[in-house]
Amino acid sequence: MLAAYAVLVFAFIYLPIVVLIVYSFNRDGVGGFPPRHFTLDWYRQLFSDSAIWDAVVNSLIVAAGSVALSLTLGLLAALALDRASFPGKALFRRLVLLPLILPGIITGLSLLMFAVFAGMQLSLFTVFLGHGTALISVATTELFAGLQKLDRAQEEASLDLGATPWQTFWRITLPNLKLSLIAAGLLIFTLSMDEIAVTFFLIGRDNTLPLEIWGRLRRGITPEINAISSLIFAVSVLLIIVWYRLRARSVSSAPQELLENL
Amino acid sequence: MYSRAYKAVIAAPPLLWICLFLLLPYGLMFAHSFWIVRDGLLVHNWNLQNYRALFTNPLYLQVFLRTARIAGSVTLCSLLLGYPLAYYLSFHAGPRKELLYQLVIVPLWVSYLVRGYAWKTILGSDGVLNGLLQYLHLTREPVSFFLYSPFAVVLMLTHIYTPFAFLPIYAALEHIPRPLIEASQDLGADRRATFLRVILPLSIPGLLAGATFAFVLSLGDFLAPLLVGGPSATMLANIVQSLFGAAYDWPLGAAISVGILLITISLLFLTERLEKRWSFR
Repeated sequence: MLAAYAVLVFAFIYLPIVVLIVYSFNRDGVGGFPPRHFTLDWYRQLFSDSAIWDAVVNSLIVAAGSVALSLTLGLLAALALDRASFPGKALFRRLVLLPLILPGIITGLSLLMFAVFAGMQLSLFTVFLGHGTALISVATTELFAGLQKLDRAQEEASLDLGATPWQTFWRITLPNLKLSLIAAGLLIFTLSMDEIAVTFFLIGRDNTLPLEIWGRLRRGITPEINAISSLIFAVSVLLIIVWYRLRARSVSSAPQELLENL
Repeated sequence: MYSRAYKAVIAAPPLLWICLFLLLPYGLMFAHSFWIVRDGLLVHNWNLQNYRALFTNPLYLQVFLRTARIAGSVTLCSLLLGYPLAYYLSFHAGPRKELLYQLVIVPLWVSYLVRGYAWKTILGSDGVLNGLLQYLHLTREPVSFFLYSPFAVVLMLTHIYTPFAFLPIYAALEHIPRPLIEASQDLGADRRATFLRVILPLSIPGLLAGATFAFVLSLGDFLAPLLVGGPSATMLANIVQSLFGAAYDWPLGAAISVGILLITISLLFLTERLEKRWSFR
């Protein structure tokens, strides 16, 4: 009974994705049943669609920038939460994590108001600011979990033997944290590539990939959208699985902590 | 073991960044909610007019109630799907547990848009579901109410947030010491009684956290109504989005956003208190 129910829930989670992928090979459009006439034409059309690939490049630029920004600040925040005590520490922790649980529209709009206030033009740069800032939350939780698992004795030994905190950071802490950093980077990269709610309000003239797809949905849809969506799904799943494996090696605990720490 | 200077150096950059790019923008949103727009221009004239409009205009109350209803339905459905799944994985999945766990976790992080779009192609009047129904001769005409209805929004958001609801429930179930369950059985309780009197009460903190995630995340959603909901499923965040777009009334939009923000934070706070009360750790 219970097992059958679990199968149904899995079907509910995965069936829509299966349908999406199947119809990316359907000659006659995104609907109808059964899908007839297998074709690769939609993928061919996709690969010669320069607007999509421009958007992919834009998304890659934003995602790379967001990874760099959020990992740097997230690492410092995690170190501070792990090692320092300062007034308002509990509040700071909550504030950093807030974008993880707040609706994207709140983060997006408040940054939009900030951009207007600061006289900034909306562009890929404002999108990067939005992603980078919101994803500090993910970087901080992930790296904090990594730091908690580190063997502190090595750092203490390094400091006792006369290394400066700076040297200790570069030679002990950072190398020990390498797997956590790569794992967190992959997760942040995926989330930034897929982000839509915050981007919606911060986008200028150049579209990211999700926004390019979003724009096309209003103009009548073809299985070309299924094709690009299938590719996005495949790449995201791959990145997430690598993240999960790396994480399992660096932090023994399961990723539910990420949400538990809220 | 570290000096004060070291601690200041590591804490300062994220602190400053968060203040500048998170706290200040939230503050600006708060400030906007007390301003007004006159003749298409923003006037920095502090007043409560926007909040008064929220409470007096019946349209906002109506949309608020609809939003709460949709978010409530999503929460209920996510728990109905997520809890049994978590229970099965934690107690009955055996050696496949880890694999099945990953199968739930992976879609949690994978594209919102891709999954929303999939539902659009399934539910549309010439979509996959209608095609299937006609193929099986269950219906003759396409059924048009699948797409562009509050039902479609609930379905899509349930699909997206079920893994979020599952996660804390599963964590809570995994934390239950197994000897407690054996003790319950040894003392003569059947499976039903063990579940109702041992497992369920101990999993309530996870249940609360899962419910809060599903509710809070759907409460501020504006993409699902645009994608599959249509006008009959307009939610609070859609009003905000149109006030920031064509309708051009940022202050009023900011006031609604502040409302969403306050509801979200109060719910998170409330859940935390309740979780502590129910927690046995």
